[in-house]
Amino acid sequence: MSEYNGEIRKMMIILSKASIENVYAAFVLANGARMEGIEAEMFFTFFGLEAVHNKKLDHLHVATVGNPAMHMPTMLGGLPGMEALATSMMKKEMEKLDMPEVREFLEILKASGVKLWACKLAMEMFHYEKADMFPELDGVLTVGDFYKQATGIGAHMLFI
Amino acid sequence: MEKLIAGKTVQVNEEGYLTNFNEWNKEIGEALALEAQVALTPKHWELINYIQTEVKNESPLSIRKIGKSGVVDIKEFYVLFPNAPLKTATKIAGVPKPASCI
Repeated sequence: MSEYNGEIRKMMIILSKASIENVYAAFVLANGARMEGIEAEMFFTFFGLEAVHNKKLDHLHVATVGNPAMHMPTMLGGLPGMEALATSMMKKEMEKLDMPEVREFLEILKASGVKLWACKLAMEMFHYEKADMFPELDGVLTVGDFYKQATGIGAHMLFI
Repeated sequence: MEKLIAGKTVQVNEEGYLTNFNEWNKEIGEALALEAQVALTPKHWELINYIQTEVKNESPLSIRKIGKSGVVDIKEFYVLFPNAPLKTATKIAGVPKPASCI
């Protein structure tokens, strides 16, 4: 705790899910870091890759099944159209709070200096190419390379 | 609490934000910018004026909104105020720290 009084200097945020509530949580945390003058980098792995997949990122959904905070019976959450309904309701609420859509949020993150990395192993698993991804993605990294990015005092890592 | 800024005693909160905008003037803005290690250019002033107008109109500030202000885009905002732009710019402008997470 001696250096910088234990202050956070850099947030390394790993996103492994693509349900919209998780994506937004990760984006708000990364953007919030930059707003405080803290560096931020994001690593998209497994289903988290969908948040930076150019054809998928505009169509992410809220998870209505297996999400106890939805206060909805699991059977009901699985009905056709339920995810779309919950998603459009959530998007309306977010627009009221001046929350941007996923693509605009990614653009804001890039303009704010957040680095966006895709996980190499997950890219290979889903057969994605760099050309399939959000154009401003900084690159495709191995886990080891991502850890190297975290080098320095006051770096913290967060898994979502 | 009280603080002497640019030869004038003003009321500030524990984070150094002015609590009464009527006590703000350009010299205080310049002194606060110096404290934040920001060298003010005409573009900075244009943005400070924009922020003051928005706050006067009780319109909440966010990074996204600054990006749509027509004064700067978000990238330029981070160039003008590299360290915590919204917090720094509002402090220099003599308005409250925005309670925004986005």
